[in-house]
Formats: sequence, structure tokens, C-alpha cells
Amino acid sequence: MKHSTFFWFVLPSAILMLAFIALPIVSIVTQSLYTSHEQVLVTVENCGPFGCTEVTSVDQDATQALKAAEPLGKWAGLDVYKDRNHLAVAEVASAWVNADGLPDFGRTLMNLPFYAALAFTLTYTFIVTPLTIVLGFFIAVAVNAVAKALKGPTIFLTLLPFIVTPLVGSLIIFWMVDARGILGTGLQWLADDPTLSVKASTPLMWIMLMFYGIWHSAPFAFVVFYAGLQTVNTDSLEAAMIDGANRWERIRYVVIPHLFPLVTFVALIQLMDNFRVFEPIVSFSAYAHANSLSIAIFNDLGGETRLLSSAAATSVLTIIGVAILLSPVLVRTYRDFSNPR
Amino acid sequence: MKLFKYAALGTATAVLMGTSAMAAGHGCNVTEGRINIVGNEFPAIQSVAAAAIGCASGIEAESNLTADHQKINVAGMTGNPAEYTSAIVANSSIVALINEDVVRPLDDLIAAYGQDIPTRQLITIDGKVMAVAFMANAQHLVYRSDVLEQIGMDVPTSYEDVLAAAEKIRAEGIMENPVGGAYAAGWNLAEEFVNMYLGTGGAFFEPGTANVSINNEQGVEALEMMKALTAYMNPDYLTHDSNATSAEWEAGNVALMNMWGSRTGVLMDDEGSEEVVYSNTVAGGPLTVGDSSVAASTLWWDGWTVAKNISDEEAAATFQALAHATSPALLNDETMSQAVWLMDGFDAQPVNEGVLATVAAGANPYPMLPFMGLLHTALGDNIADFLQGNESAEQALMDIEAAYTASATEQGFLQ
Repeated sequence: MKHSTFFWFVLPSAILMLAFIALPIVSIVTQSLYTSHEQVLVTVENCGPFGCTEVTSVDQDATQALKAAEPLGKWAGLDVYKDRNHLAVAEVASAWVNADGLPDFGRTLMNLPFYAALAFTLTYTFIVTPLTIVLGFFIAVAVNAVAKALKGPTIFLTLLPFIVTPLVGSLIIFWMVDARGILGTGLQWLADDPTLSVKASTPLMWIMLMFYGIWHSAPFAFVVFYAGLQTVNTDSLEAAMIDGANRWERIRYVVIPHLFPLVTFVALIQLMDNFRVFEPIVSFSAYAHANSLSIAIFNDLGGETRLLSSAAATSVLTIIGVAILLSPVLVRTYRDFSNPR
Repeated sequence: MKLFKYAALGTATAVLMGTSAMAAGHGCNVTEGRINIVGNEFPAIQSVAAAAIGCASGIEAESNLTADHQKINVAGMTGNPAEYTSAIVANSSIVALINEDVVRPLDDLIAAYGQDIPTRQLITIDGKVMAVAFMANAQHLVYRSDVLEQIGMDVPTSYEDVLAAAEKIRAEGIMENPVGGAYAAGWNLAEEFVNMYLGTGGAFFEPGTANVSINNEQGVEALEMMKALTAYMNPDYLTHDSNATSAEWEAGNVALMNMWGSRTGVLMDDEGSEEVVYSNTVAGGPLTVGDSSVAASTLWWDGWTVAKNISDEEAAATFQALAHATSPALLNDETMSQAVWLMDGFDAQPVNEGVLATVAAGANPYPMLPFMGLLHTALGDNIADFLQGNESAEQALMDIEAAYTASATEQGFLQ
């Protein structure tokens, strides 16, 4: 391709990527390096229906003057990243020195909001992603074997969990696992424990969230693998049959190698999605048991006082996390493309 | 094109509705400017917004009432001109608007159009009126009179009484988890701590500074009492917000709870619960904790503000419409029981007694401090660990202080 043709060909996507990917990243990185100005506090009298009190208030004129002088805020460097609500550098260092053994250090670490959120996010990502791929693959193989007349309806029903809005889907499961819901009561009967409550137990809540994650995204893996199955070379399959390969051996030695590039693709998408786990925690009201980086960002922006720098810092850390997670997959893809077989 | 038609139809309907509302309007007629109100969504605020919009004649007037109002009001008032000409806020949420400097002092508008507004409705900060309050709210005891009669106990006045009554109700096999409370991790749980901590006589900050000081005897006492109460609650209490707690009440599973006055109307009406539940639901007074005689509750007001970044005409229109909407003209048979109104002519209904008793008991107003929201968030994030038995009360209080200090430093309240 001529250079000029190539240039004009990629220009629109390059502009869009610059505007919608690069600039927002520059914006959050900048935001995370600045904090709010020092607030000038004054004591004033505050009166209302319940009488008058002396309260501390922000001196608007003085604070506005500071803001006008430096609209970006106060330069903070990496202070926000290092504070207790993020990487908690000082706290981790002192815990390392003072901890009574590794388990004690772990407990202190899990008491810090960022590490607690990271622990759940990573556990979720590394359990949900492989199980989604395996389950999606088996559904695809099973659906592929269904009689032709039933295929359409089966595919539609299998896709339903993916079609249902995540918030709605998880809310429905949330009420089903309630101690008085159908699944909750069923679990109590199975465990023979009338006080068992999924919502009150941290381990059960984690299992519930991951179960939901797999239930919700397995159809995505299914649809990709199902499409891939349609392209499996029937000649190779027949050859394998003639060689005496049974169904499992055909799947293991013909189908799986053929679908492997798709596994990379699904893993890539799922790793990114699962690292940003958000909706299930909201609809399961699981704040007391599980937190994720996205929830931390949401809380920073949703409170009565918006913590912009804090949210920006967590966003940057999320991007770094996604980059680290994806690097093995990306390196592999790069090698596949640069070394033509 | 079809879409355009629908849009045109929608506008026409809105204009028609506006005209009919004006025809039914009573003594207010705003013909210049613009009105756009953002606020929370519950019956009392809906009545106020509808009445304000009813004042508009031939001008743009709308409202956006949503439970997520706090997430949009600052953004919607920051632009110039601001999207919203007024935000209906409470004593906690007005702080964010003042911190961002998006609401204007109302003194000149009061001089021009608001001479009739009683002083007790005016929220003044440093001598400047920043909002006009129209209703009061508070949490207080709600109890089932039939259950208390059954166990032969008086109406509890302290949390210690609540624990004793709960033990008896459970022992007699009437209810397994007789205590209710909005203990959902996050805002609700933090609010319960704020009530309990003020009830023990504690103070959140060192006077005149933004330095938090809750890691003390009162803090531990408040947490211990909350934990004692959770032993008598549905095991899922950390997921129960006010809505879920009200649902538990209506299902007849709960006999004693600390609940918002603005929600007692729903509990006492004949919808959603059996006769034995709603006819025996009574709004009691605020509870106390320990030796302190301070009510373990906070007083709240809801009021309206006027945006700063709008023209004088728009500000005048908004002020006049809302001043009328929160005047005695609003009160009728339907609206009377919706809230504890602060206007003259309010006639207390049985559902309002809890709030009035809390005001009479001298409960503290919810602290109207610029950094209280940060502490509230820190409380909501860290109390659940203690209630679940993962850490000691002292550790939880230390975590709260540390989380608050980090965010208050970032916001510039602490150096």
C-alpha cells in the first residue's frame, strides 16, 4: 500500500482513538497528579429550623481566589497514589516491619481499601475467566450436536443470560438467593442449616458473585466458539474418524487446536471485562463483603463530596492493572503475527 | 421524522398541562424567566415541585426528581448558564453546593418577594440566607403495639430497652429477628453510626478544625450497641437499606426499628401489609443510648436553593415559584400528612409524631460541615468489618479516621 493511501485510510480511526482513548487517559493522569486547593476554613454562625450553632465553613472568597490562581489545583505529584486510600505506601511499609509473620502482614494488607479491592478483583478475574471459557466451549460443542430443527431455539435460550441487562439479571438472582427466596431456601435445605444466608457470609457472597459472572458471560464465549466450530474442516474430522479417534479425541486433537486463536480472543476480552467487575457488586449490595477497583471509583465520584483526584488515581491504577494482565496475551499475539509459520 | 413528531407532540402536551396547572394555580403567576428544579424523589418533594411548576405561565418550567439527584445537582449547576435553576437539598447535601459555590445568597430576593417567609424556615450561614427549608425529618422508633402488649413491656425509650424487648420477643417465639434497621453497608450504615455516636454525647471533630476524633470511648460504645442490635436483626442486615427494612416491616417480620419519619406514612397505610401489621404500627420517640440523655438521632431539613449561574430574571422566577410552593397555600388534605411541614398552618398527623418528638427531645441536627460527607463515606466503608467480627471496634475506628484523613487531605481540608 502506498504511504499516502495508508495515511488517509487510518486517519479517521487514528483521530477517534486520539480523541476517545488517548486524551481521556492524559486527562486522568493529569487530574491524579493534582489535588484540591487548601480550603480556607472559617467559623461562622449557622441558623435553621433547629436553632443556631457555630460551625466550620469554607471561606468562599478566599478559596475562589486560590482556585482562580491555579485552576488545575495544587500540584501533588504522586501523593494521591501513595496515600492510604490507594497504594498506602507508608502503611504497607510499616506493616512489613511490624507484622508478626506473613499471615499478619496479609491481614493488615487486606484492611487497606485498595488491596482489599485488588484481592477481590484479581480472584474474580482469575476464577471467572477460565471457567467462562471452559463452560462456553462445552456449551458450544453441545449445541453444535443438537438436531438442526432445535438449534435456533437452543441458541436463543443459551444467549439469554448475556442479553439480560447485567444490573437486572443480578438483581433477580439477588432476590432468588435471599434467605426467603427460592434458591436461598433450597440452599438452606441442602445444607440442612436454617440460618444459612448467602448475603451474610463473605465466602458465599464471593462464590455468588463469581457464579453470576460465569453465568452472565459464558454465552459470549459460547457464541464465539460456536462460530468457530462452523469453520472446523470436516475433512480433518472424517480423517480422524477413519483413524479410529473417538468423540473426545476428535475434540482434543482437531477442534481445540483449530479454536485456539479464538481462546486468546475470548481470554483478552474477558480479562478486561472481569477486571472491571462492577454491576454484580452493586445489585448484590455486596459492599460489605467485596469491593473492586471500579466500585472504588464509583464511590469516589458518587459521594456528597466528589473526590476527583482519588477517582483519577484509581483509574490510572486500573489501566496499569489491565495492561499487566493483558501483557502475556498481547505478547503471544504479537509473536504469532511477527513469526509467520 | 417520526421521532420529531413525537417530540413536537410531547412539547404540546407539556404546554397544555402547564396551562391547565396555571388555571388551577392559586395566587402565583410567574411570566418571565425559567424554572428547572432538581431534587430527591418522595411524595412531599413531588408536591412542592408540582406546585412550583404550576406557577409558571407561558415560560419554560420543569423538574427532574430522582433518588440520584446528588450525583447530578452540582454538575447541573456548575455551567453558566446553569441547567438547573434550583436544587432541593437537605442539610447534608447543601454543603456540596456551597463548597462548589453554585448557589446564591437569597437575601435580595427575600427582600423583594419573600417577606412572608417565617425566619425559622431560613437557613442562614454567616448571616446570608442560603436556602429555604420547608420540611423536617428524623429517624425515630417505630414499634408494633400489639407485640409489645403481648410481651407485657412498655414502649422502649432507650436502645437498652430495645435489646431487652427484642430478647423477650425472641424468647417467647413471636419473631426470630424482631429488630429492624437500615444497616446496608454504605450511606445507611454510616447514618446509623452518626445517630448512635451523637446519642452517646460524642463529637466528630475537634472544635474549629477538620481533625476527626471518633476513636474514643463514645465511638466504641456506639459501635458495641450497633453490634448488639444486629444480633436481633435479619442476618442479611448489611444489605438492607431503608426500602428493604420497610419491606421487612410490612411483611410482619419486625417489631422494633429506628426509621425515617418520612417513611412512616407508607408503613401505616393499608397498602402492602396485613391489617394486624399496619393498624398496630406506631411512631414513637427517639431512643437514647447508655447514660447520656441526648437523643440518638439527627434532625434533617429539606429545603430549596437558587442557582448562582443564572440570570436575575430566572432567579426571580425560581424564587417566586418555590416560595409560593412552600407557603401555607401548599397545605391541603392530601399534602398535610406527607411530611412535617415547617410552614404556618401545618396540622400534625399521627404519622408525624415521631419526628416532632425527636425535635422536642432536642436531638442534634445532622452536622452541616464541609467535610462531614467525607467522614460519612469513610464510616460507611469501614463499619461492616467490625459488625461481621473481622476486627475490633478500636481497629474499625482507626481505619475510619485514617480513611477520612486521607480523603480530607486530598480535598484540602487538612494539610
